[in-house]
Amino acid sequence: MSKPKVAFYWCASCGGCEEAVVDLAEEILQVVEAVEIAFWPVALDFKREDVERLADGELAAAFINGAIRTSEQAEMAHLLRSKAQVLIAFGSCSHMGGVPGLANLFDREEILRYVYEEAPSVVNPQRVRPEERIEVDEGMLTLPAFWEGVQTLDQTVEVDYYLPGCPPPVGLIRSALQALLTGNLPPKGSVLAPDVALCAECPRKPTKPERLALKELKRPHQVLIDPETCLLAQGLLCLGPATRSGCGAACIAGNMPCTGCLGPTSRVLDGGAKALSALASLLDATEEAEIERILAGIPDPVGLFYRYSLPASLLHRRVGNGERLREGRSS
Amino acid sequence: MSERPMEGERSFEPRIVAFFCNWCTYTAADLAGTARMTYAPNIRIIRLMCSGRLDPQFVLAAFRHGADGVLIGGCHPGDCHYQEGNYKALRRYLLLKRLLREMGIEEERLRLEWISASEGDRVQKVANEFTETIRRLGPLRLAPRPGVIRLPVAALPEPSPAAREGALP
Amino acid sequence: MRAHEIYPNGGPRIGVYVCHCGLNIAGKVDVHEVVEFAKTLPFVVVAREYKFMCSDPGQEMIREDIREHRLNRVIVASCSPLLHEATFRRVLEQAGQNPFFFQMVNIREHVSWVTEDPREATEKAKALVAAAVRRVIFHEPLQRRRVPVKDHVLVVGGGIAGIHAALTLADAGKHVYLVEREPTIGGHMAMFDKTFPTLDCAACILTPKMSAVAAHPNITLWTYSEVIQVEGFVGNFRVRVRRKPRYVIEELCVGCLQCIDACVYKDARFPDEFNLGLGKRKPIYIPFPQATPRVVLIDPETCIWFKTGKCKRTCLEACERKAIDFEQQERIEEIEVGAIILATGFKTFDARRIPEYGYGKYPNVYTALEVERLVNAAGPTGGEVRLRDGRVPKRVGIIHCVGSRDERFNRYCSRVCCMYSLKLAHLIKERTGAEVYNFYIDMRTPGKGYEEFYDRLLQEGVHFIRGRVAEVTDWAITPEEEGKLIIRVEDTLIGVVRRIPVDMVVLAVGLEPQPDAEEVRRMFNISCSKEGFFLERHPKLAPVSTFTDGIFLAGACQGPKDIPDSVAQAGAAAAEALALIDKGYVELEPNTAYIVEELCSGCKTCISLCPYNAISFDEVRAIAVINEALCKGCGTCVAACPSGAARQHLFEDAQIFQEIEGVLAYV
Repeated sequence: MSKPKVAFYWCASCGGCEEAVVDLAEEILQVVEAVEIAFWPVALDFKREDVERLADGELAAAFINGAIRTSEQAEMAHLLRSKAQVLIAFGSCSHMGGVPGLANLFDREEILRYVYEEAPSVVNPQRVRPEERIEVDEGMLTLPAFWEGVQTLDQTVEVDYYLPGCPPPVGLIRSALQALLTGNLPPKGSVLAPDVALCAECPRKPTKPERLALKELKRPHQVLIDPETCLLAQGLLCLGPATRSGCGAACIAGNMPCTGCLGPTSRVLDGGAKALSALASLLDATEEAEIERILAGIPDPVGLFYRYSLPASLLHRRVGNGERLREGRSS
Repeated sequence: MSERPMEGERSFEPRIVAFFCNWCTYTAADLAGTARMTYAPNIRIIRLMCSGRLDPQFVLAAFRHGADGVLIGGCHPGDCHYQEGNYKALRRYLLLKRLLREMGIEEERLRLEWISASEGDRVQKVANEFTETIRRLGPLRLAPRPGVIRLPVAALPEPSPAAREGALP
Repeated sequence: MRAHEIYPNGGPRIGVYVCHCGLNIAGKVDVHEVVEFAKTLPFVVVAREYKFMCSDPGQEMIREDIREHRLNRVIVASCSPLLHEATFRRVLEQAGQNPFFFQMVNIREHVSWVTEDPREATEKAKALVAAAVRRVIFHEPLQRRRVPVKDHVLVVGGGIAGIHAALTLADAGKHVYLVEREPTIGGHMAMFDKTFPTLDCAACILTPKMSAVAAHPNITLWTYSEVIQVEGFVGNFRVRVRRKPRYVIEELCVGCLQCIDACVYKDARFPDEFNLGLGKRKPIYIPFPQATPRVVLIDPETCIWFKTGKCKRTCLEACERKAIDFEQQERIEEIEVGAIILATGFKTFDARRIPEYGYGKYPNVYTALEVERLVNAAGPTGGEVRLRDGRVPKRVGIIHCVGSRDERFNRYCSRVCCMYSLKLAHLIKERTGAEVYNFYIDMRTPGKGYEEFYDRLLQEGVHFIRGRVAEVTDWAITPEEEGKLIIRVEDTLIGVVRRIPVDMVVLAVGLEPQPDAEEVRRMFNISCSKEGFFLERHPKLAPVSTFTDGIFLAGACQGPKDIPDSVAQAGAAAAEALALIDKGYVELEPNTAYIVEELCSGCKTCISLCPYNAISFDEVRAIAVINEALCKGCGTCVAACPSGAARQHLFEDAQIFQEIEGVLAYV
């Protein structure tokens, strides 16, 4: 019997997810033993035609990391979807949009203008911009289209499972692979991580007071962080209570607050809004001016609450052309 | 999950979702009714027991599903039927407004009002004022969100014919 | 998710019932269109309209449909749920369904009554129905919580309303705590001489009731005491009462009053509160002879011992029972009661706020309440109407609507002033033979025997001049006006500005909320209407209830009213309280929050948010736990729970999201 075929692909991502696969260390050998890698451009020399040649459903599973923001990424997502029996959104970017998803605070024109004209390191007096099609002597050259906004994988194609995290914790990858290989899979659409928030596995949980009332919100660089005490109790904006567990509280072990990469639990429709609600509830103020004073400790609410999930959020993208945003910030 | 179709500016009728607490503002809206104080029909009231129940998700969901404005009504500070739920609503509201601003949504599209059970006239005034504010701002043009919005429970299948067998002609 | 989790109670089979409410709804909303629309909505099996859904035939229609069409969810689009939700839930129960598979749509108060355009009203009604249909699909079967109730009742305020309520309950065998701020019960009624329109003596009808209170084995009477804290909820209120020191041991004092005689002050020289300063009292005193309890008290503000620490304290020796205790401290009592009746009464309008009427400036301008004391046989003048200089007035003007029906002060009518003005006019004329002039805007005499009383006064030769008085002045312009107060008024019946010289002016001051009504309201967690009186749950259907279950209203704290109305209301409040506690338990709305234990991460966010300390941290399982008995169902913790582990019955996220989508579906 031939081994099940799997594919790995990356879209708008940093490559960290690929690293995470490699982080399986020697266990990866067992994986390679159990499956046949049919497509993994980062690691092995495959071409798109190799996928196209496969029959529909021939891949047992395809893992896609990265968000979708170009036409090529979308095409590959569709292609892999049709070839794979099980499609897995791998990592925060394909799951919720990820850090690249914060580009949804700006529109396409703003991004191109900044990157090709305004960025301090750019020298481009002719204001040349990438063209999707250009006629040269050798013929027509094309580039993928750069979309107006960033999408999650499941906003592009149907997704069967999500392996969350930036990057997904090795433990979760391992158990996901085991589940796949044994066919012992949860209901379709599941996120392959515990459905309980991070505090459940946080070693600092016992140090969190029952009655927390925050008079001041701090950012990690502003304080010397006590390595034993609950970060929220220290006034640091830890998103652990609003984020799935499964990472073993890795950031907290590094004395850094949780930034929410595993996304919200299944009961939550918009993780950012929920985290916002929980945090605001804990402020120790009843007067509007005092509340505003404390809230000034959150200079970038979108970056805090939607660091990994803006495209997946209810609002999805910023309204308007972004001009007002930057004016507002500089003033 | 249907998103709102675009409509012409001229025929723009604001869509407003109002979350009113049971004890003060919802009762005030009843009083406005009893006193026959007519106001803009754009306000659609959803009853919560307390403004403290207002989950910011509700506000964002309302905007996503086509609301041009969201109104929150609670008891006056110090008057909350549940002692201090309204203070929690106030904190969430202020933080939510900061978020909306960053997301390019005019802050005026979200409004919090303390209206006590006896202030029926205030419901009328606020409803009319807020409708006018939103009319002036125009429709909220959220970027269309691709994909399906996954409710916290599984989406409903189409009603089976069996469920409708008894429907009257 | 398993099917029964998505659809509790099997596949949804919804019945939608749209009420005409006569023309209240149907006059604006195209009910038929709403019904036809409802039929197109998912899972709707039946949709019907009816003239009055809340009527017996309306209810029966629903019950029949539930049986015949196997409905498992019902929507009624009619009036406010605050009015009839209970009615229709009962209908489901009677038909064998769980009553919480019900959703009410408010298309009267929130649609037909507030929308001008019928088209828009109909569209709004449709959107609200659509929202309810979507919502009710996600409803779940719930059980009401039964909580035992305490058998005792607290009555706050010992005026006629509080007295009547306390006696009614005590006679029914319930224990009553009657708390009164003043040293005696009796309230305003105890200050009156006669009551309108029968002119029976106020003391003769009130004092027996006061003694009955003092003697009743089921009444604990705490005068000179104030409620300082109220906790808990219907059936189970915990109340703290501060008992101010009267420096006399209540249990020992027999009211012989020998201590008063023995006081080092030989003469009474301090203004006496009960007589509004028209009489005098000593530092040790009893407010009035029939004061209940008949226990003296010492006023530390005027007592030499308290002021200087030097006094022979002759009162101590005079008291054989050693009842006087200069060391007495205030006491805090804690009680548990099942129901509370507020009968905290009113205050009269401060006539100084209308300077042109000269109260406080001209000694011969009196408020009506002061005149009540003057005409009272037990009052400072022994019932003789004498001015401050001892003269008997020959001409008296009574100005109506002082502080009432006046945009500057109170827009409302104080209801009792016309009648008490007639009564005072009669008594003054009877006692002095003076000419009495009433200055009125309109005479308002609705009530049994009231108009007849007005007729009688007309026949007695009392003068009535229609017009709002512009001014009371001592500026005489004719010799006849010298030394008199001149009332300037436009007589609107003859269209002439008149000057009426009188010896005495009586201001018929209106009734206002107690100055601390706002604090009392907060303490008891109830609402006030605009003018500051306590707000009833419904003006017609629940006139003595409040929005806080278990707290009832009686008397003028709810709005100006006369004695018969106050007593009637007190009886009603007592009956409501009795109905509540006699049952032995209350059923609470099952809208409590709960935590899905296996989903809770133990982040503790919710714990500090609960104002009732209903949430605690289970150290063993390291999760939060909600004590349902303490939860009052505000849902604040649910909105805050960052992982969606805290939920609220009847207000589940899924239900509200559906409602949001529904109201925006703009059909």
